[in-house]
Amino acid sequence: MKTEDLVSLLSTGAEAVDLRLPSRRWFLALAGGALIAFLLTAGLLKLNPALWHETSKPMFWVRESFCAVLGILGFTAVARLARPGLRLGLAPVGIAVAVIAMWVLAVMTLAAASPQDRARLILGHTAGACPFLIALVAAPLFAALLVVMRSLAPTRLRWAGAASGFAAGSIGALVYTLHCPELAPPFIGIWYLIGMLIPTAIGAWLGPSLLRW
Amino acid sequence: MQLIEERLRSLMLQSLAGDAAAYRVFLDELTTHLRSYLRRRLGALPDEVEDLLQELLLAVHNKRHTYGPKQPLTPWVQAIARYKLVDLLRRRSRRDVLTDPLDEDDQVFATTANDATEAQYDVAKLLRGLPDRQRLPILYVKIEGASVTDTAIRTGMSESAVKVGVHRGLKALAERIRSIE
Repeated sequence: MKTEDLVSLLSTGAEAVDLRLPSRRWFLALAGGALIAFLLTAGLLKLNPALWHETSKPMFWVRESFCAVLGILGFTAVARLARPGLRLGLAPVGIAVAVIAMWVLAVMTLAAASPQDRARLILGHTAGACPFLIALVAAPLFAALLVVMRSLAPTRLRWAGAASGFAAGSIGALVYTLHCPELAPPFIGIWYLIGMLIPTAIGAWLGPSLLRW
Repeated sequence: MQLIEERLRSLMLQSLAGDAAAYRVFLDELTTHLRSYLRRRLGALPDEVEDLLQELLLAVHNKRHTYGPKQPLTPWVQAIARYKLVDLLRRRSRRDVLTDPLDEDDQVFATTANDATEAQYDVAKLLRGLPDRQRLPILYVKIEGASVTDTAIRTGMSESAVKVGVHRGLKALAERIRSIE
């Protein structure tokens, strides 16, 4: 077939394209993924019995905001990486600022604490499990984001995979807070972040092969 | 360059709104720019130019829902063209035959080329390999120019199945072109 015939084929009978399609798919992926993440958290891990009580502590909301801000910034990067020709913008800078802010808070907390309390502030009671449970809760979100990403047109596949993993990890972490009893900033700044970076690393690793089109 | 951007962008927006005539002009103009770009990039692989050009046109078509109406058009096309070019060269693992490394400065829209050569694979032949539920809608709607309604009657498919068939068929075609190379 000559190229001009292909042009004719493609243009003949071409209909209007729904430009809200990407947003709708992202919404479905986020809503569906978050729902499954919630079911995993509530069913497999159980909700934190002290959850209601903890909402009165400022650090509860610092932790929620930390995860939510990272989730929003991560998803902003995801949505931009799915469209050819868009720059990444300021999302990575915002993510770095949020992480550094949490670390500053962590150092301040540790500096103010008595030496014998510091290990507890860093390790909490669940340090060993936390990153893996966050990665587990994030898995359905991660898969859903990758499926939508594949249906769009990422041109930087490693970045697109990593951003999908990070957005899923952060939103997964936000859902995981419904189970997690840890509120100390050093704990959040270390173990939560590692939990978010597990899917990020997997996304960076698998992106080039999974997202090719 | 600014003129090309404005012109192609307005054609693209009309196309996305359902104007098939504007879409044809858009693809025609895009073809000349992309052909010239690919000739420069694939200096050592002249036979690949028309193949990759057709693959690119299919990619632009299949991915046109990823164009944001507020975003500039030429960088959108440029990113797709570079992606597909790098993908081709990686598939071939023959990056060494590139005339020069892919540099950011080389613009798709700097030049045009109208003289087509033949593609090595035949899209028409690939089309025949598609299942009927995709092949017939493409044949009737996209090649013969029949309406979706008439096609639905002729094939006994529902109208939405005809549309889905066209859509999936063109995606399958793009997949098959990729797997040949």
